[in-house]
Amino acid sequence: MQEITKLVHKYLRHDKKFPHVWCPGCGNGIVLGALIRAIDRLGFSKDEVVLVSGIGCSGRLPVYVDFNTLHTTHGRALTFATGIKLAKPGLTVIVIMGDGDATAIGGNHFIHAARRNLDLTAIIINNSIYGMTGGQYSPTTPYGAKATTAPYRNIEHAFSIAELAVTAGAVFVGRGTVYHAGLLDQLIEKAIVKRGFGVVEVISHCHTQFGRRNEMGSPVAMMRWQKEHAVRIEQTATMSSKELKDKFSIGVLADRELPIYTDEYDLVRHAAKDKAHTELAKRTGQNAVDE
Amino acid sequence: MRIGRETSRPSNESGRGLRIRAMPRERKPQARLLQGNEAIVEGALAAGCRFFAGYPITPASEISEILAYRLPQVGGTFIQMEDEIASLGAVIGASLAGAKAMTATSGPGFSLMQENLGFACVAEVPCVMVNVMRGGPSTGLPTNPSQGDVMQSRWGTHGDHPIIVLASSSVRDSFDITVKAFNFSERYRTPVIVLTDEVVAHTREKVFLPDPGEIEVVDRIKPTMPPEWYIPYEDNSRGVPPMGIFGDGYRYHVTGLVHDVRGFPTSRADEIEPFLNRLFRKISQHFHAIQLVERHLTEDAELLVIAYGSVARSAKRAVADARTQGIKAGLLQLITLWPFPRQHVEPLLRRVRLALVPEMNMGQISREVKRVNEGATRVSTLNRIDGHVITPRQIYQRLIKES
Repeated sequence: MQEITKLVHKYLRHDKKFPHVWCPGCGNGIVLGALIRAIDRLGFSKDEVVLVSGIGCSGRLPVYVDFNTLHTTHGRALTFATGIKLAKPGLTVIVIMGDGDATAIGGNHFIHAARRNLDLTAIIINNSIYGMTGGQYSPTTPYGAKATTAPYRNIEHAFSIAELAVTAGAVFVGRGTVYHAGLLDQLIEKAIVKRGFGVVEVISHCHTQFGRRNEMGSPVAMMRWQKEHAVRIEQTATMSSKELKDKFSIGVLADRELPIYTDEYDLVRHAAKDKAHTELAKRTGQNAVDE
Repeated sequence: MRIGRETSRPSNESGRGLRIRAMPRERKPQARLLQGNEAIVEGALAAGCRFFAGYPITPASEISEILAYRLPQVGGTFIQMEDEIASLGAVIGASLAGAKAMTATSGPGFSLMQENLGFACVAEVPCVMVNVMRGGPSTGLPTNPSQGDVMQSRWGTHGDHPIIVLASSSVRDSFDITVKAFNFSERYRTPVIVLTDEVVAHTREKVFLPDPGEIEVVDRIKPTMPPEWYIPYEDNSRGVPPMGIFGDGYRYHVTGLVHDVRGFPTSRADEIEPFLNRLFRKISQHFHAIQLVERHLTEDAELLVIAYGSVARSAKRAVADARTQGIKAGLLQLITLWPFPRQHVEPLLRRVRLALVPEMNMGQISREVKRVNEGATRVSTLNRIDGHVITPRQIYQRLIKES
C-alpha cells in the first residue's frame, strides 16, 4: 500500500491547491490511481503525456497530476485532443470524460473520434448521473431511476457506452469498474498501448447524487453493487439470458486492427508531394488526386 | 493595398524576443487571378499556418477545399471535423501543441464556435477564425453578402473579454489581413477573427502577392527559462506570458476556468481580478499597433465616409466620384473593427461636417461611431439588408444629397 501511495505521489502536483474537489468515497480517485499506475508501468516521461478532460467532476482530474494537462469545454475534450495529436503525433494523448460529457453533449464527437481512429485513449467514468451540477439524469441513468430532473423517475433508456464505442469503430474497447481495480489497471494500460482509438468505460458510483436518491447506500454498498452485477465477458457466453439480467460485462469487449488516422494522413502528405505513384493511390485503387 | 500604412510601427519595437523573419529580395511580381477565399489560404500559408480544421459551409468552403489540397504539400494537416464546435476545438488543441492553426466558417458555424472562442481567449491560445459573412439571421441567405456579424464577433462568446477583429475589403486585402491576423494572434496570444463577406470571398481579381521573404511573420514567444522556473500565466511588461508547448518540457495546466498564475482554477478575488485585468491590458496597451485604418482623401474632407469590408471599396469609388463634383469627401476605411479604432475615428469626427456610415446591416459600426462621436458632428447611416452589396452609386447619391 505504501509503495502504491509513493508511486501516486510521484505524479501529483504538490503545489496545486489540495484538497481536491471530489466527495469522500468518490470513484474518481481510483481511476486516477489506475491511470497513474498504467502510465508508470509503461515508462512514459511526464513530458510525453497529455491529459485532456471535459467538464464535470471527471473534468477536474488532470489538474492534480504533473503532465501536460488540458481542461476543455463541456463535451469537447476529444476535439481538442484531436488537434493535439495531429499537430504532435508523438505525444501520448489520454482523454478523461464523464458519461454526460462523452455521450450527451459530446456524443457526436465521441462517435466520430471512434470512426476516425486517431491514436487516442478515452477513459469514460460512468456514474450514471450529472454529479457536479446536482444530480440531473444523464444518457446512462437507468430507466426508472430518480434524478433531480426526473423526480417522478427517468423514462429515458440508457446508452451502453462501451457497446456504442464498439459500434462506432473503436479498435479497443474495455469496460471495468472502480471495484475491480486490478482489471481497471490492465484495461487502461492496454488501451494506451493499443495504437488507435481505445476506449475504457469505467463503471463508477456517485453516492452523493445518484446513490442517495435511489437508496443505494454508502460508497461501499455501491461498490458492492458493482461487484455483484459485473460479469467477466468470458463468462457471459456460458450464461443464460435470465442469469445475465441486470448484469453488465467487464473485460475487453473489442480488440481489432484498423488503419490509424495519422498513418493514413502521412500517405496523404506523400500523395500531395508525389501524385503519380502513391501508396494511397494503390490502396484506394485510383489516383489519389484527380487533376 | 498595403494595410496599416499610417499606423503600424516597425515590428521589433513591440516585443523583445519575438522571432521575426523578413528578408527583402528583388523579384519580379507575378500576377495571379484569385478569389478572396483563395487569398486567405495564401495569406495563411505565408504566415506559417500548418493546421486547419473546418466544417463545410457556404460561402467559406473554398478555404477548406484549397487547404485540404495545399496543407499536406507543406507538411501541414487538414481535417474536416464533425461540426464547427469540433473544428475550433481541434484548432485550439493544435495550437497548444505548437502549430499555427486556423478555421474558417460563416454565420451559423460562427455561432457554434462561440463557446470555444471564449476558451481560446481565457486560456490565451493563438488561433485565427475566418468568418465569411453571409445574410442572417439563422440559415439566412447563404450565398448573399452581409456584415451582420460585426457585433457577434465582438460579443458572441459569453463573458467580458477582449478580442481582435479585422475586416477585409478585397482579394489583396484578404491576403494581408490573414497574415496580420496570424501575427496578432501569435504576438498577443489571442484568437483573432477575420471578417470578410460573400462579395470579398467570391470576387476574382488580378493580384500581385508579395514574395514570402517580404512578409513579416511573427511567432509566439516560448519559454526559455528552466522548466521549474516557468510560471505559465505570470504577468510581464507586455502582458503576454511566454507560451509553453505541450511536449516541450514545460508542463502546466490549461483550463477555461479563471486561473491563477500557475494555471490552476481559482475563486480568490485577489487572483481573479489581476488575471482578467491582464487579459484586457495585453490588448489595450497595444492599441496603437492593433488598430489599423486606411485613409483616402481625409486631409481636407468635409464629408467623411466610414466603411469596412466590401462596402469600403464602393465608398472609395463614391468618394472619388464626389470629388469630381467638387465635393470634399473622404474615406476612413476601418481594417481593425475591434478593438474599435477610436484613436483614428475621433479626431476626424471633430473636423468633418458629416460622417456617413454605410453598412450591410442595420447599423452595427455606426453605433460605435455615434458612441465615440459624443455630439461632435452629424452621424448618418446607410443600411442595406436585402442581400446585395451597397453600390458606389448609393453612397455617391447620399454624398451629393448631403453636400
